[in-house]
Amino acid sequence: MTGVSPHRFMEAPSWNSRGRSFPFSSVVVLFLATARVIASIQNVEQPANALNVTVIGHQYWWEYRYPSLKVVTANELHIPVSDPAHRTPTFLTLLSADTDHSFWVPRLGGKTDLIPNHPNSMWMDPHETGLYLGQCAQYCGTQHAKMLLRVYVDSREDFDRWIQEQRQPAHIPETASEGQRIFEETACVNCHTIAGTRANGTDGPDLTHLMSRQTIAAGAADNTPGNLLAWVYDPAVIKPGCRMPSMGLSTEQAGAVAAYLETLR
Amino acid sequence: MSAPSATMPEANIPWSLPARGPVGMYCLIAAETAIFTIFVVAYIFYIGKSLSGPQPQDVLRVPIFFTICLLSSSLTMHFAVKLLRGGRMRSFGLWWLLTIALGTIFLVGTFREWRHLIYDEGLTIQTNLFGTTYYSLVGLHAFHVTVGLLALATVSIFTLLGHVRQEHAERAEVLSLYWHFVDVVWVVVFVVVYVIGR
Amino acid sequence: MSTESIPWPNSAVTPAPLVERLHEWVTTVDHKRLGILYILYALLFLVIGGAEATIMRIQLIRPHNHFVSPQVFNRMFTMHGTTMIFFSAMPILFGFANYLIPLMIGARDMAFPRLNAFSFWMTAFGGLLLYVSFLGGDGLYGAGNAPDVGWFAYAPLTSKTFSRGHSTDFWILSLLVSGFGSIGTAINIIATILCMRCRGMTLGKMPLLAWLNLTMAGLVILAVSPLTAAQLMLLVDRYLGGHFFDTQAGGSAVMWMHFFWVFGHPEVYVLVIPAFAFASEIIPVFSRKAIFGYPVMVAATVCIGFISMSVWAHHMFTVGMSSAANTFFVLSTMAIAVPTGIKIFNWLATMWGGQIHFKTPMLFCVAFLFQFLIAGLTGVMLSSAPFDWQLGNSYFVIAHFHYVIVGGILFTLFGAFYYWFPKMSGKMYNEALGKLHFWLFIIGFHLTFDFMHIPGILGMPRRIYTYEPGRGWDIWNLIVTIGVFVQAASMLVFIGNLLWSYFRGEIAGSDPWDAWTLEWSTTSPPPPYNFAAIPEVKSRRPLWDLEHPEDPDWLYE
Repeated sequence: MTGVSPHRFMEAPSWNSRGRSFPFSSVVVLFLATARVIASIQNVEQPANALNVTVIGHQYWWEYRYPSLKVVTANELHIPVSDPAHRTPTFLTLLSADTDHSFWVPRLGGKTDLIPNHPNSMWMDPHETGLYLGQCAQYCGTQHAKMLLRVYVDSREDFDRWIQEQRQPAHIPETASEGQRIFEETACVNCHTIAGTRANGTDGPDLTHLMSRQTIAAGAADNTPGNLLAWVYDPAVIKPGCRMPSMGLSTEQAGAVAAYLETLR
Repeated sequence: MSAPSATMPEANIPWSLPARGPVGMYCLIAAETAIFTIFVVAYIFYIGKSLSGPQPQDVLRVPIFFTICLLSSSLTMHFAVKLLRGGRMRSFGLWWLLTIALGTIFLVGTFREWRHLIYDEGLTIQTNLFGTTYYSLVGLHAFHVTVGLLALATVSIFTLLGHVRQEHAERAEVLSLYWHFVDVVWVVVFVVVYVIGR
Repeated sequence: MSTESIPWPNSAVTPAPLVERLHEWVTTVDHKRLGILYILYALLFLVIGGAEATIMRIQLIRPHNHFVSPQVFNRMFTMHGTTMIFFSAMPILFGFANYLIPLMIGARDMAFPRLNAFSFWMTAFGGLLLYVSFLGGDGLYGAGNAPDVGWFAYAPLTSKTFSRGHSTDFWILSLLVSGFGSIGTAINIIATILCMRCRGMTLGKMPLLAWLNLTMAGLVILAVSPLTAAQLMLLVDRYLGGHFFDTQAGGSAVMWMHFFWVFGHPEVYVLVIPAFAFASEIIPVFSRKAIFGYPVMVAATVCIGFISMSVWAHHMFTVGMSSAANTFFVLSTMAIAVPTGIKIFNWLATMWGGQIHFKTPMLFCVAFLFQFLIAGLTGVMLSSAPFDWQLGNSYFVIAHFHYVIVGGILFTLFGAFYYWFPKMSGKMYNEALGKLHFWLFIIGFHLTFDFMHIPGILGMPRRIYTYEPGRGWDIWNLIVTIGVFVQAASMLVFIGNLLWSYFRGEIAGSDPWDAWTLEWSTTSPPPPYNFAAIPEVKSRRPLWDLEHPEDPDWLYE
């Protein structure tokens, strides 16, 4: 190939020294700004009126405990809205029962991981009520994709009412239904808790107020009678590879259990 | 066709580059150092974190004698290589065998210590974090000693068969670099496990 | 330097029987043949890894798709990542390094030819071992198949409790085996460059490709070893009842992350530094100017090598490290942008005032400059921990690193293919097909990876086999998948060009590009002994000195 005199390789273009200092000064500015933001997020004192929630990640569902309010629930998190003038943020303590997970609701904040034997904490300070969506953001196994997050930011009144309802034991009718009998005699009770009954397993979600939730299976399906029946009959249809086994119930038995679950408001 | 036309004065500068053998061995030593560093970091991180089971201060006995044997083997190795450079084949062979003997005594000491820990103290690799990190770190080192001894023994066999000559001194030197490395690692392991960790 | 060949005993008129020729290739210790074996092996796995990516993208083309089951999808992303990094990118770069380094420094072979062969076969068998895992079927407890723990295999998902069966063991063992091969090659590269340069070639006069591969090899030695250590620990946990990463016994899952990323971050510099090397050789030749600022390029590269060992926890911003630790890693990660930016300026300065020839290798390198810059910018964005708290582990990160690996590394690799194909095969490739490959690939690459940033920003995490409609992700996933098919088409053009040119291309001659480094002084392909007489050099561009004895470079360097 033809070419140009090679010795112009010795000359620097006029923009070169500006070119070299630009990356350096940008880095300094960017770093200082970042350091400030990190401190303002991580080094925050918890205010006295903050709400504390413990989040425990499981394969493939979320357990929520409100220690000071004595509430235990699953998969759908309710927190109060925060008034910018009198802030009431929610502080989460993040734990894991099995492998690594990550709590990510983009509109409420960055993600923080849930790692066994390594408690983490994060805070959220939402100024608007509404439903905020997210999902697990650290690969945790087969059904990582369906470990969805639904955070309901409620007004103060709605939140207090929700807490009151969640604290009640299960609404039990006078005579135990066939579904409740099957539930308590099958291995369902090994994993699930229904407050006020004999079921007090902790490997699966607390079902005491299942019908107060809009979805089941950590958001994998809407909480409709059809989905509930399908889920009880064979969870693998909705969420193949999840930890809840099919109990080998007949369709009548599954229908009875689903009907029982539908009384758990 | 000859080399590019050159009537440059520098054309007669001697051209010497390092020898391949030592450079290769130093690279291998660097890689092994990185591996050992990770095991040492894990050991140090887990000091005091075992939830149950025997603790280091309860069961570890400081292996002074065996450490002296291993570190002396570096000295004997150094002498052996010097003798080989000087062409003193018989003396070289003897000091080389002495090195192997000292290394073997060290290994015997390690296995005796393990037997005591397993059968008398109930500490295995499964027992707790201390057991896992201890056997892994000391075991990794013992594995490297074993491989070194096999290489040294091979050289001894060749020596006895008369295949090793004075011009092989550089190869013996390369092997001696590995052996000195194994000794330095033991110094680090000794300090971390028997001094700091206890 | 000689361009004549000395008649070689085996150059009989009738070629040897096929079995004998295969046997020669299988037992070769010649760096050129091993280089070609590495490259062909890696090309095969590039196609396989691409197929795995295509399967994933078809599954994600719309929400709630049922193209593959979640179990298969999870194996796909694990195998895609593991294959591309360990059995495609690393081997192909080792292949080029093997082929070119001895030629460029005026040596007859690498320092340790038998170690070279051993290293290749270790890598090759590692890859085969990984793929044998697919034969497990539904295997033990439904987990005897290919690994599905992600390419970084976080604990405790990899413990016996959560990964029963042997799929994770295939991941561990195949990488352990190929890791020994990588370390062997690195040792070889360092020893070759330090000990076997021809007379006159001081470290300051060797081609930048040699300097950059020297840095890469140093990184391999320091970075692959921690992975080896961590994998040994994982084996102790899985088979000897150890507790390194057993959180129930007080072990730390975060420790695995530290050990893995101490490997994982320098690893990406192991991949990108040889890509820089290709750009540093190709851009000057097609700008008809020597590289601008050789000493600064060397210094910047060595700086990048050092700094890269200190940034690893930027992959762990979300695990709950203290603000001090997070801040440190922000600083070190941003710092690495400085020498990298300097290199980009120097490549641009090389082109400035030159006479640019837009042949296929140069097209790919110019695209590299542009795309690598963008990838660097998204990298700087991610280096800011609060930004990473939102966008880490999302499709934004996937878009970023594919922008580097495909848009940066693979582009320069294609440039290198076209640039050195004439030397390796003796034939010129077809320029029109080369340009077609380039344009198709640019379109496909940008369709896929530009738009991939958006679902990340909209909240789509990685490693999910399906997603919900109504999150706003659907259209972007569709576009991303379409781009994959365009890229696949361009790959067909590329492979077709290679095959057609190998059999029907024009004879290339020893120096079709009028380039200046020593590999162009021998025949194409070079004879087994490389040079009839070991050359002696006086400058960084020995062939320029030969052709311009009245105005040699060494008067100016």
